[in-house]
Amino acid sequence: MEYFLQQAINGLTLGAIYGLIAIGYTMVYGIIGMINFAHGEVFMIGSFLTVIFITVLGSLGIHPTFTIIALVLLLVIPFTGVWGWSIERAAYRPLRGSFRLAPLISAIGMSIFLQNLVQFLQGARNKPIPVVVPGGFTLVESDGFPVQVRWLQIVIVVMTVALMIGLTTLIHRTRFGRAQRACEQDMKMAMLLGIDVNRTISATFVLGAGLAGIAGVMVAYYYNVVNFYDGFLAGLKAFTAAVLGGIGSVPGAMLGGLLLGLIEAMWSAYFSIEYKDFAAFSILVLVLIFRPTGILGRPEIEKV
Amino acid sequence: MSEPLLSVRNLTMRFGGLTAVDDVSFDADQGAITAVIGPNGAGKTTLFNCLTGFYRPSSGALHLQAAGHVHRLERMQGHRIARRARVARTFQNIRLFPGMTALENLLIAQHNDLMRASGFTFLGIFGWPGYRRAEAAAVEKARYWLARMGMEERGDDLAGQLPYGAQRRLEIARAMCTEPVLLCLDEPAAGLNPRESAELNQILLLIRREHGCGILLIEHDMSVVMGISDRVVVLEYGRKIAEGTPAEVSRDPNVIRAYLGEEESAA
Amino acid sequence: MTVPAMLRDAGLAALVALALALPVVGIRTVDTGAVLGLDYRFGWVAIAVGIVFGGRLTALLLYDRLPRGPRRIRTKGLAGRSRTLVRYAAVAFIVFAAALPQLPFSDRYVVDTATQVLIYVMLGWGLNVVVGLAGLLDLGYVAFYAVGAYSYALLAKNFGLSFWECLPLAGAFAAFFGILLGFPVLRLRGDYLAIVTLGFGEMIRILLINWTTLTGGPNGLTSIPRPDFFGLAFTRSPAAGETAFHEFFGLAFSTQHRITFLYYLILILALVTGWAVERMRRLPVGRAWEALREDEIACQSLGINRTTTKLTAFAIGASFGGFAGSFFATRQGFISPESFTFIESATILAIVVLGGMGSQVGVVLAATVLVLLPEVFRDLAHYRMMVFGLAMVLIMVWRPTGFVTQRTPTVRLSDFTPDPGAAR
Repeated sequence: MEYFLQQAINGLTLGAIYGLIAIGYTMVYGIIGMINFAHGEVFMIGSFLTVIFITVLGSLGIHPTFTIIALVLLLVIPFTGVWGWSIERAAYRPLRGSFRLAPLISAIGMSIFLQNLVQFLQGARNKPIPVVVPGGFTLVESDGFPVQVRWLQIVIVVMTVALMIGLTTLIHRTRFGRAQRACEQDMKMAMLLGIDVNRTISATFVLGAGLAGIAGVMVAYYYNVVNFYDGFLAGLKAFTAAVLGGIGSVPGAMLGGLLLGLIEAMWSAYFSIEYKDFAAFSILVLVLIFRPTGILGRPEIEKV
Repeated sequence: MSEPLLSVRNLTMRFGGLTAVDDVSFDADQGAITAVIGPNGAGKTTLFNCLTGFYRPSSGALHLQAAGHVHRLERMQGHRIARRARVARTFQNIRLFPGMTALENLLIAQHNDLMRASGFTFLGIFGWPGYRRAEAAAVEKARYWLARMGMEERGDDLAGQLPYGAQRRLEIARAMCTEPVLLCLDEPAAGLNPRESAELNQILLLIRREHGCGILLIEHDMSVVMGISDRVVVLEYGRKIAEGTPAEVSRDPNVIRAYLGEEESAA
Repeated sequence: MTVPAMLRDAGLAALVALALALPVVGIRTVDTGAVLGLDYRFGWVAIAVGIVFGGRLTALLLYDRLPRGPRRIRTKGLAGRSRTLVRYAAVAFIVFAAALPQLPFSDRYVVDTATQVLIYVMLGWGLNVVVGLAGLLDLGYVAFYAVGAYSYALLAKNFGLSFWECLPLAGAFAAFFGILLGFPVLRLRGDYLAIVTLGFGEMIRILLINWTTLTGGPNGLTSIPRPDFFGLAFTRSPAAGETAFHEFFGLAFSTQHRITFLYYLILILALVTGWAVERMRRLPVGRAWEALREDEIACQSLGINRTTTKLTAFAIGASFGGFAGSFFATRQGFISPESFTFIESATILAIVVLGGMGSQVGVVLAATVLVLLPEVFRDLAHYRMMVFGLAMVLIMVWRPTGFVTQRTPTVRLSDFTPDPGAAR
């Protein structure tokens, strides 16, 4: 039971991170109907920025206090936002209205490019950073098995929940949110009604990239090591989460992320760690076969 | 009296809480043109989609009598309805294969026969003479229909680049290439000018006369409906409100209230 | 646009470039034991920003001079000419390919690279059936390549079967996997299908890595039997009772023999693939694939079974992948999961799309470009994949429909005499 609880806590943390990345996929898919394949790389860049900033601060003799780590987080968000904006501007916008596979191919190219760019610029080795948020507490202990909760895990889950609430408000209460939902329904009509579609799409990318950046910071703090190829698998998992929750639905992405995180943690704990990615992809396949709209997605009727 | 070609019995189609087709029954005869009319949203296209297997009806029966065999369309898979029961259709918003030539469109309609002739590809790939003969025959049939539609010289043009009226006609030709016993046309005159519309009438009459298949027609253009149909079925809000000859229907007070009256006041 | 507006626009672009480059380019983390060291190179940042500013400004100035209006698409007139053109190009390609190893400039490196190109041509033609003709986006094509390679390796090693015996089996296994994969997922919409196939590709790779008893795990399989020439081995000193190729033909032993033989082997395999795909395209099955790509609903209304038609495309595409995989295994003599990563799938897909979906000639062009591109940049090994990714984006933006956009109709009315009932 204690072992299960421990895995649940770890799974929840992982799931929150998947959820944050998944929101980027789901929002972009919702608005322009494409899988932003390079989204995982934005997350990876977020992790690298964290490492760079923490190292720079460390070299200046500044130790990571709470203020500092929060500052790094706030600094990373706009930077990944710019990456998200640039990717859309350079690789996807010129292809809008082209045949449907073109942006996806371009996105795959972008993903390959970014991965190798970071490898070239920063090196292929694992980049370690010191533990910045140490400590935690023991939740329960029995039979000599302590259930540990790290402070950082609480931070990650709480922050994710807060971001979710903020994002939901943003989408349902603000002008941008309304424009975003309008574009999702009917882009041409939204344009005719005077909504700046290009700007709305760009803003969606920036928002998604910002959230991926936050996830990147959290992963860097949580695992204390980053690598240039981290983005690919994380991106794929997050996409799985988005599909699981129902692509196009923001709460669905979060739910899917949490579920996927839990399943992965449990699978690694009770079955085999080697096949944990296998399990994640099996879920993707099973969901798509039996419930292609995901948990919270709207059903789509084949139009004749 | 012989059995009707198609008998629709108590057909109901629900989408969640919405009942698009509600307990509709009617018959369509061999060699006759049956028009289904009604205001927008009356459930006409839904009826067609049930008939051609794109939707599975919530309840009711769709029986097609062909060559002494009864096909129960409500239970058949979509592609089997076209293949076995020989029900062909066109679409409200033309669905040709736009990147392929008109001739190719017509050959795809003969896919199942050609597939068999090519030995399911295994013989065809080595240039089996039987397949070459079958292909030549299929091209001949396509040429016949192109000529009938007055577009013989456009056979090698891309379907998507044909003028609108020609696309409509090509879609009918494609449906006819499947040798249907029942041809379902979803607003074939939509977007046609009066001259093209009159040509369409002639084509439909020719199909009825020379090929003997039943035609089921959804149409808003009253000149087409009144001019050529043998029977008219009127739907409103998913229910059948009238049925009869064009003359009977146009006198029916329900129809005038629901449909023709509005049409006239709008015109 | 006025010049000040252009300057402002270029300035903004430069600002964005600065934000992108400042931390990631300007600061490099260096491994120095336990703690990361730092290496500042703000000069690079300045160069990058300068390039972006200048590039954007030049682009704006040039764009201003360009004639406006929608790009004209040529539709007619070319069709008749392009058919003979394609035929000449095909003949020229085959003649050149057949003569290549005998040409004066050919050495081991050239023949090896050409073999590489042909592997990708074959894979491209195979995937073209799925993506180009049937319009099903498959991001896990490498899985079938892997199945083919491992099938050959395991059959040849464990049961002593020859290459020619293994080849059909490998193709059959790959086709079987294709059907297995395809059956549940083929009713999914385009993008979903793409991701599921990507998932399948990764699953196969994970299986190859972890199923150590069968596949040798991450280390892969070694000493896979090499091909022989009708029983004649390409070895310097053949086993007792066997004859080597050079002995039989009375030649001096040369490693070049095997390389040349492998080259002709893949040339034949690729040509057979190309021939089969082109034939199928002109048969009912191929037309049904293309019709499916154009409009699935219409297909169903014409009595075409969508599922079986898609499955045949998947199975046939997969079997060509399997054949190519067998060849790969026998050529390398060693295979490991590392050869079957997602990048490989992306490369093959890029070849199909860059070539112009559905175009056989386009695949040859694109495969040549994509194989030679990294070869040209070989000295800059670090940039290779980076350039590859960037090229994918740029080519897509520049020409989303690929190199060859002209589609040759599968049948022409004018080829048939209008005499009724006439059989040719």
